[in-house]
Amino acid sequence: MTGFTVLLRKELTESWRTRRLPLLAIMFVLVGLISPLTAKFLPDILKAALGDQISGIPLPQADATAAVAQLQKNLGQLGALAAIVLAMGAVAGELDKGTAALVLGQPVSRSSFLTAKLVAIGIVLAISTGLAMIVAWIYTAVLFEALPVGGWIALLALSWLGLFVYAALTLWASAATGSTMAAAGLGFVALIALSLAAVVPTLDRLLPSGLAAPASMLATGATDGLDPAKLATAVAGSVVIVAAAAVGAVAAFRRREL
Amino acid sequence: MTINGLDNINPALIALLIPVLILQVALILLAAFDLLREDRRVRGNSKAMWAVIIVFVNLIGPILYFLIGREDGPVDTTPGPGAMPGWGSPHDPPIIAPLLPESAPDAVRAALEAPRAVALPDGPPAIVVERLVRRYPGGVLALDGLELSVPAGSVFGLLGPNGAGKTTCLRLLAGLTRPTAGRATVAGLDPAVDPLGVRGRLGYLEQDPRAYPWMTGREQLRLVGQLHGLGGPVLETAIDDVLGRVSLRDAADRRAGAYSGGMRQRLGIAGALVHRPPVVILDEPVSALDPEGRRDVLGLIASLRGETTVLFSSHVLGDVERICDRVAILDHGRLVVEGAIDELLDRYAQPVWRVEAEPGEDLALSQLADRLRLVPWVTAAVAEHGLLTVAVSDTGVASRELLPAVAASGVAVVSVARARPTLEDVFLRLTGDEGAAA
Repeated sequence: MTGFTVLLRKELTESWRTRRLPLLAIMFVLVGLISPLTAKFLPDILKAALGDQISGIPLPQADATAAVAQLQKNLGQLGALAAIVLAMGAVAGELDKGTAALVLGQPVSRSSFLTAKLVAIGIVLAISTGLAMIVAWIYTAVLFEALPVGGWIALLALSWLGLFVYAALTLWASAATGSTMAAAGLGFVALIALSLAAVVPTLDRLLPSGLAAPASMLATGATDGLDPAKLATAVAGSVVIVAAAAVGAVAAFRRREL
Repeated sequence: MTINGLDNINPALIALLIPVLILQVALILLAAFDLLREDRRVRGNSKAMWAVIIVFVNLIGPILYFLIGREDGPVDTTPGPGAMPGWGSPHDPPIIAPLLPESAPDAVRAALEAPRAVALPDGPPAIVVERLVRRYPGGVLALDGLELSVPAGSVFGLLGPNGAGKTTCLRLLAGLTRPTAGRATVAGLDPAVDPLGVRGRLGYLEQDPRAYPWMTGREQLRLVGQLHGLGGPVLETAIDDVLGRVSLRDAADRRAGAYSGGMRQRLGIAGALVHRPPVVILDEPVSALDPEGRRDVLGLIASLRGETTVLFSSHVLGDVERICDRVAILDHGRLVVEGAIDELLDRYAQPVWRVEAEPGEDLALSQLADRLRLVPWVTAAVAEHGLLTVAVSDTGVASRELLPAVAASGVAVVSVARARPTLEDVFLRLTGDEGAAA
């Protein structure tokens, strides 16, 4: 792909210079720090806040599994929104500012232009998610117990894939509509639609939501109930969504007037 | 540490909160720093969307809202040399500079001065347009069977009134949009079939060129050069060379977000030339420049004659007349006329006399114009601001009869002279447009 490497370098430099990468990393690190702390203190906070009223109500366990669950919940929500925000203006913003014509007036294919953006967003999300995982693992080890590193690497990879799906779908919307706000809206619609679809168990096996439970089991080392087939279909389904979104984005962008 | 109801918590665990607090304080300081440097020009729409996330995160919401909402990062607020938005500075140094720095290594100099791998063949035109049609969605017909031929090595001007199709034509040639019908070739390649190949042989400047505000001018030229496959000392020397040619060396390491419109235009021209393309297409290359900057850039374009084929559009007819070998006039998406300037002047410009009156003679001059319009050998007479312009069909008769007619009118005259017809006369006659040829 003509110009891909040059454009990828430009995208990553832009992420650094415009502070998207460092600030997203800080946000994710905060989530990584706060999640195990929340898991640790939440039962005590509830007891302190509710006093005697809490008798009979089961309190969440303060353990490593709760820390992983808290991290997944926080990253799943914040991360999906961050992925949408990262991707929504990636193409539409450049069309709006006229810089897309600057780059595409050079010997650069539109597929290189889009792929460089998608890969750069993936790298930014991977760095941020990775940092969140590192600090969360350390805090979990200090507050509860040291969990298997290999399992956390799997948690990182699966969490990243789940977020990358929303980034790819939003990038598609950004390329197809040429509007930042429309892309954001469609990204949220995709987020809600995939969440609703996950209610159906047969669909859940094929969607990013199906990655969460296996990831949690791998991270905590409680792999007895792990269904490798379900994990494989969820991974394959997510990869297919990303690939379809990338192909759709290129097809839509090729038809677009600059 | 004692918190109501949390007495049993190991105080050592509280130490784990310290990194959280440090990060939040750091973000507050960063936010304050960024807000002090705030520049509304670089804010983007995503600010609102980031706000949604921030509310979600809530602990650090107000701070991150301002920090992450910024799309383009901090901007160099050092005042640029541009005196007014959209204009270059009258204090800018002259634009034409030595092509290569004295310090350039011999190998680099040889590489830059060597012919490019893609050379235009002798003889065939550099750009050919055949029955090109472009209809936009909604039915607007921007080009209607346009025919055009630009000789290799020439400086070719494209003229036409607003909406004539000039920009559409140039964008089609650059492969940025596709024709509805017809075809074109640029340096031997069809932009609709091989747009990447065409753009590899092309330097293209958009009307109102944009720049990445977070990049310096030098970095932007480096990006363009790298996209054309250049690199290393050859590219760096080419960048230095072209920055000198457009008088941007002093501002080269400033962020482009702080550039004036004129500086962005110079940077865009530098980007079109940095890879030494055989064909250069420039859409209104001097529209944002002050008179001095315009003169310098026109000089730069003229200096490319014979070395590179230059096709450019302009709304300043005098500029085109000064530097172009040939011009084409478009109207309603069609070619009205194309040819060498002298040839067009000979063929289409009518002889013109100009009568300059003393101050206060406007009424008498206007009455004289009214009388002259009734004379058979006068095709047009316009009195404006103390100057009467008379276009005639027969120069012999006019030479004998105009002066007596002026004398008989009683108008106090400063001078009566035969004027050289200009491209503007040709343009106005052929397009029937009384306005500017934008």
